[in-house]
Amino acid sequence: MTAATTTFRWREPSILPGFGLALGITVTALSLIVLIPLAALFLKAASAGPADIWAVATSPRTLAALKLSFSAALFAALVNAVFGLILAWVLVRYDFPGRRLIDAAVDLPFALPTAVAGISLAAIYAPNGWVGSLLAPLAFKLTIPFTGLSFGFDGKVAYTPLGVMVALIFIGLPFVVRTVQPVLEELQSDVEEAAALLGASRARTIFRVILPPVLPALMTGFVLAFARAVGEYGSVIFIAGNVPMVSEIAPLLIVIRLEQFDYAGAAVVATMMLLISFTLILAGNLIQARARRRFGDV
Amino acid sequence: MSDAILPSAVTATPARSPSRARGESPAVQVVLIAVSLAFLLLFLLLPLVTVFIEAAAKGWEAYRAAITEPDALAAIRLTLLVAAIAVPFNIVVGIAAAWAVAKFEFRGKNLLISLIDLPFSVSPVISGLVFVLLFGAQGYFGPWLQANDLKIVFALPGLILATVFVTFPFVARELIPHMQSLGSSDDEAALTLGASPWRVFFCVTLPNVKWSLFYGVLLCNARAMGEFGAVAVVSGKIRGLTNTMPLHIEILYNEYMGAAAFAVASLLAGLALVTLVLKTLLEWRYGDAIAASRRH
Amino acid sequence: MTRPVYSRLLRAGLVLGAFTLCFGVVAGARAQTELLNVSYDPTRELYREINAAFIAEWNAKHPDKKIATIRQSHGGSGAQARTVIDGLNADVVTLALAGDIDAVAERSKKLPLDWQKRLPHNSSPYTSTIVFLVRKGNPKAIKDWGDLVKPGVQIITPNPKTSGGARWNYLAAWAYAEKAFNKDEGKVRDYIAKLLANVPVLDTGARGATTTFTQRGIGDVFLSWENEAFLALKEFGADKFDIVVPSLSILAEPPVALVDGNVDAKKTREQAQAYLEFLYTPKGQAIIAKNFYRPRNPEAADAKDIANFPKVELVTIDDVFGSWKKAQPTHFGDGGTFDQLYKPAR
Repeated sequence: MTAATTTFRWREPSILPGFGLALGITVTALSLIVLIPLAALFLKAASAGPADIWAVATSPRTLAALKLSFSAALFAALVNAVFGLILAWVLVRYDFPGRRLIDAAVDLPFALPTAVAGISLAAIYAPNGWVGSLLAPLAFKLTIPFTGLSFGFDGKVAYTPLGVMVALIFIGLPFVVRTVQPVLEELQSDVEEAAALLGASRARTIFRVILPPVLPALMTGFVLAFARAVGEYGSVIFIAGNVPMVSEIAPLLIVIRLEQFDYAGAAVVATMMLLISFTLILAGNLIQARARRRFGDV
Repeated sequence: MSDAILPSAVTATPARSPSRARGESPAVQVVLIAVSLAFLLLFLLLPLVTVFIEAAAKGWEAYRAAITEPDALAAIRLTLLVAAIAVPFNIVVGIAAAWAVAKFEFRGKNLLISLIDLPFSVSPVISGLVFVLLFGAQGYFGPWLQANDLKIVFALPGLILATVFVTFPFVARELIPHMQSLGSSDDEAALTLGASPWRVFFCVTLPNVKWSLFYGVLLCNARAMGEFGAVAVVSGKIRGLTNTMPLHIEILYNEYMGAAAFAVASLLAGLALVTLVLKTLLEWRYGDAIAASRRH
Repeated sequence: MTRPVYSRLLRAGLVLGAFTLCFGVVAGARAQTELLNVSYDPTRELYREINAAFIAEWNAKHPDKKIATIRQSHGGSGAQARTVIDGLNADVVTLALAGDIDAVAERSKKLPLDWQKRLPHNSSPYTSTIVFLVRKGNPKAIKDWGDLVKPGVQIITPNPKTSGGARWNYLAAWAYAEKAFNKDEGKVRDYIAKLLANVPVLDTGARGATTTFTQRGIGDVFLSWENEAFLALKEFGADKFDIVVPSLSILAEPPVALVDGNVDAKKTREQAQAYLEFLYTPKGQAIIAKNFYRPRNPEAADAKDIANFPKVELVTIDDVFGSWKKAQPTHFGDGGTFDQLYKPAR
């Protein structure tokens, strides 16, 4: 790729043709399909007037829904980051029967329609479902790290915030595995060997040699899983319980506002969701860019 | 949102020697494998198995009846139609976007990539909502559309728009990093040797990235056929007319026809499996080629 | 050479796309008359039967103006009203409560504001009420509204913000409390708050709530449309659930209306009007009773079906709340009593 030059030019010269056509198609489609509709959303939200926007944005129900959506997504992404990393590690490093099958199965959430996933997850995790009935006797108190939320686990998963998380874990898993996997595959094993030869313990090797270069990819996967989970609707509503202030996710609140003919209110909640996700994704990208600079682009 | 945030569907699996597994003790390995398997079983495989078990609950005849009932057939046709329009559209745009982004250097490129990625982090519900705000009877273009007797939301165009919005990044996301990593020397060489631009594109560029393109299309198609949240907002849920398969599943589920709902769901789950099998077979067959072409 | 393959593929794709597009357009432009009935959740079975009977009767009488199909759309009542407001071209709306059709009339201006006067009985060809569905043997001994606020009783009801049935539930509970506490507003509000605190799942529509209660096994009592409760017994077996009839309930009048703006544009006024009037005919009333809705004209229905309906003291919304136009903003608007009283326990 050509290096960036200091002269002010809109685009680097190239002998390849088709720039105008390609960019034209892209920008036109992007504007028509994505940008203009999103602009309409902001316009609608703005039409509510500052007082109404403030009222909707700060209503306890909106805040509770946003808090649930973002904290459940965060928690699900964390779970996915941990288990996704283990899964990717197992798939890359170990050979065991059925490895290829497992590898293929990881992509299932990409391919399985979310509504189908939601219905079957609800069936499995309901108190009378296969897993739900096993979990029922295992009541305990669960505190979610970093969010300060704590849930008394009364043996129920479906129709509680835990149900939301189960659905979000389902849809987010492949993002972590698929971003971490290629990086793990390309890791040079000689560095590891050197570390081992120099007397580093396995744990030390893992934390000091293997993890650092994997971290940016893990971060990317985490951000992707998180971004996808925040907005998820289809798989969640079947298993969530949808109780306002407890298990009502922000996208559902948008739908409910819409069904009360409150278009501007729906647009305000939607805009808040978008702005928060963008900020978080941007922050994630910045952290990642910094990590990349530090450890090199692996 | 910039370079290489791509949940790469391609998992190149180069031949690995058992010696690479050295490091953890066998006990740790077994534990890690067991943890992974248990996690997958609990969260991924169980839901899939449930779909098929529930679908078969009432026997083969009921299953056949559920998927050949007129409303179900209409839903299947509609889903195929929507995908048949949305996916090719996204292929064309995805290739154009990848060409512009990967082969040229220009200002605002990172912004463009971020914008292409945008729909991915937008809630499906919002993707539907924006089109209602634009084209609904109370929307910005609503009165004009009504005056001209045009229907967008609650009709085919709305379903297609919502689907295109949701699947917009899929093809481009797969192609951009791949084309970037390949560079443009092949194309430049062909061009210098006198090939016409279209010939370069069809004979050099496309063959180089065909597998990424194929993966992108597979994922795009799976999402297009399975999308629920966005189409639910713009569909109007008219049986036999604007009901796609995922919506039809919800309707059946709400009519106490659980077995029928899971029967239709099993078709989509089957599609998901076919997608995965195709992908795996390709990796198996062309694993080395893919790995070679994607190494960056 | 690979080129021919690719360009052929591309061309084939384009042709296929164009073909499907044309096919879609042609398929959409078929000449025969279609009606679209936008309805709420629990009427699916009712209108399936009504539609078949009406089409048969109409087509026999009017061979020149045959109706090909009557399309159905079902969902939460509020959600359905929203889609009509947003431009879904329904010929008729058959929703859970007058308030939702009022909203359609006000916002879309496609039907006059006094639509409810155009058909007999407040434009409601059938009525229903709210009853309790409990698990077999009534293990929590729920007999009346007062038992719902006992600690440890879990109540399933849909969300009144999106479900018409849930609004009837809420108002029925309110009406009971007004009577029980002699209109002491503080005690009424306290009762409703306690009742809402016992709700663990709040589905968006009546059907979702039924599924939660019957198939997922959540909750001790399900506040349900009477017709929905009967249907649940029929679908899942009378050995699983019991119906409990409270001492007092509300007369729910789900109304129907012609959407003038749409039928005039589609030139289907005659058929759509006949369709709604069919609901009031003896044949229509019999089908209504068979599907567990209370007919306006019980003599027309099968005596066996009528015998199903328990006797219950029914109050009307006009008696207790004035009208839907008053009840809707007071109780279900932003900051209404539901918003004030709904404080779920963590």
